[in-house]
Amino acid sequence: MSDAAFDVAGRIGQPWKKPPFIQRRWLRWTLLLGALAYLIAAYMTIEVNWSRVYEGLERGKKFVLAFANPDFTTRSSDIFEGMMESIIMTVASSVVGIAISIPIALGAARNVAPLPVYLICRGIIAISRALQEIIVAILLVAIFGFGPLAGFLTLSFATIGFLSKLLAEDIESMDKVQAEAIKASGARWTQWINYGVQPQVMPRLIGLSMYRLDINFRESAILGLVGAGGIGATLNTAFDRYEYDTAAAILLIIIVIVMGLEYLSGVIRARVQ
Amino acid sequence: MPVQDIKGQKIWQRRAGRESLFHWALWLIGIAVFAYCWQQISKSTTWFFVWDAPRIANDIWTRATPPKWEYITQLGKPIWDTLNIATLGTLISLILAVPVAFLAARNTTPSRFIVRPIALLIIVSTRSINSLIWALLLIAIIGPGVFAGVIAIAIRSIGFCAKLLYEAIEEIDETQVEAITATGASRWQVMAYGIVPQILPAFAGIAVFRWDINIRESTVLGLVGAGGIGLQLSSSLNVLAWPQVSLILLVILAAVVISEWVSAKVRGAII
Repeated sequence: MSDAAFDVAGRIGQPWKKPPFIQRRWLRWTLLLGALAYLIAAYMTIEVNWSRVYEGLERGKKFVLAFANPDFTTRSSDIFEGMMESIIMTVASSVVGIAISIPIALGAARNVAPLPVYLICRGIIAISRALQEIIVAILLVAIFGFGPLAGFLTLSFATIGFLSKLLAEDIESMDKVQAEAIKASGARWTQWINYGVQPQVMPRLIGLSMYRLDINFRESAILGLVGAGGIGATLNTAFDRYEYDTAAAILLIIIVIVMGLEYLSGVIRARVQ
Repeated sequence: MPVQDIKGQKIWQRRAGRESLFHWALWLIGIAVFAYCWQQISKSTTWFFVWDAPRIANDIWTRATPPKWEYITQLGKPIWDTLNIATLGTLISLILAVPVAFLAARNTTPSRFIVRPIALLIIVSTRSINSLIWALLLIAIIGPGVFAGVIAIAIRSIGFCAKLLYEAIEEIDETQVEAITATGASRWQVMAYGIVPQILPAFAGIAVFRWDINIRESTVLGLVGAGGIGLQLSSSLNVLAWPQVSLILLVILAAVVISEWVSAKVRGAII
C-alpha cells in the first residue's frame, strides 16, 4: 500500500482501480499460469466416457425420482437390522473412544504431562489421525473377521485421534490461575486434575463428544462396504441391484438421524456453554 | 454451596443432594445403554476368530514385510489420478458452495423462509452422506472411473465448504457493508467490495483445509471403483498380495502427511 500512496500525484484524475489480490506481479502470473497448466494436464488425463455418462443420466433421473418415492417397506427388516447395528457400533465406540482419549489428551497436553509421556501420547494421536477409517477397517476385518467388532474397534481408534488432539489443545490453553489456586490449597495430582483442570475443559469435552458421535454415525454407514458391520452392506447391496428406492430410503434415514444428532448437539452445547 | 452436616461437622460437597442423584441416574442409564450395545456386538462376533487374532495379525505382518518396492513404478498414474480427484473435486465444490453459502447466510439470503431452508437442506444432505456412498451412487449412474470420483468429492464437499463459509459471512463486520452501501453502491457492488474482501481469508483457509481432507478421502475412493490409488489397493487386497498392500499403504500415508503439511503451511501464510 505504501507505493500506492507514493504516486498520489500521478493518480489524481484517474479512475480508481481495485488493487490486485497478490501484490507481486511475477508471483501472480506464475501462480495463474501454473494453475492453468495443471488444469489442462488434469483434464487431458481424465478419461470421461461421455456416451456412458449420457446413458447414465436416465438412471440418475430414476434415482432422483426414487428420492421422492422411497421404499421403506420391502426390505424393512434388513434396513432396521443394519441401522440398529450402525447405532450400536456408534454408541459403543464413542463411549470407549472418549474414555480412552481423556487420559491420552491429558498426556498430550504439555502443561500437564512430562516430556516423555507427551511424546508418546502425541505419537499415538498422529498415528490415529494419519490412518483412514476405512483402511483401518480393512485391516481389522482381515484380523478379527467380519462383523461389528471390527467396525467398533475402527471407530474407537479413530475417535482417539480426533478427540485427544482437540481436547489436549483445550487443556493447553486453559486458565493457569485457577489450576494454580487448586494446587496452592494442597491438592493431590488427581484432585488438581479433578477440580482445577476438568471444570475448565468440560464444556468443550461435551461439545466435542457430541460432534464425534455425529461423525462416528456417519462413518459407521460406510464401514459395511468392507464388511465391518452396519448399514453400509445393505446400502451397497441396494445399489448393486439397482434398487434405488430402497437406497433412497436408507440415505433419507441417515440424513434424518444426522440432522437429529446435529440439532441435539446444538441444544446440548448451548446448555453447557 | 452444598454442605453436608455430619455430627456437627460441615463437609463441603461438589453437588447438592438432588443434583448428585440426577448425575447418578444419568451415569446408570449411560452404563446400561453401553452394556446393551456391547452385548449386541458380542453376540454377532465369532469369538474364536478374535482369540486367534494375534496369530493372524502376526501372519499378515510377516507376509506384508518387506514392502514390494519395485511396485512403486506402477503407482505414478494412480497417485496423479488421486491428486486430480481431490483438486478438481475441491474446485468444483467451491464453485457450487459459494452461491449456496450466500443463500444460507442470514444477512445475505434473499428470503429467510423459502431460500434459506432449501440452502440449509442442501448443506445438511450433502454433508451427512460420506463420499464413498456418493461414489457408489455415481458409479451406478455414470459408470466407474476418475470422473465419478471427482463428482463424488465435489458433491460431498459442498456442504462442508458452504457451512463454514456461511458462518464466516454471518460473522462479518456490518459497518463496512454499511459504508459501501452509503456510497450508493448497487447490491452486487456491496457484495464485491463490502462482503467478499472480509471473507476472502476464510474462503482460502476453507479451500485448503477441504483440499487436505479430500486428498485423504480420494485415496480410498478406488475401493468402490472410483479411480485413484484405492483401485490398486483393492485389487492387491483381492489377490492377497500383502507386500503390494503394505507399499500402497505407505504411499497413502506419505500423501496424507504431505498434504497436511502443505495445507498447514498455506493456512499459516494466509492467516
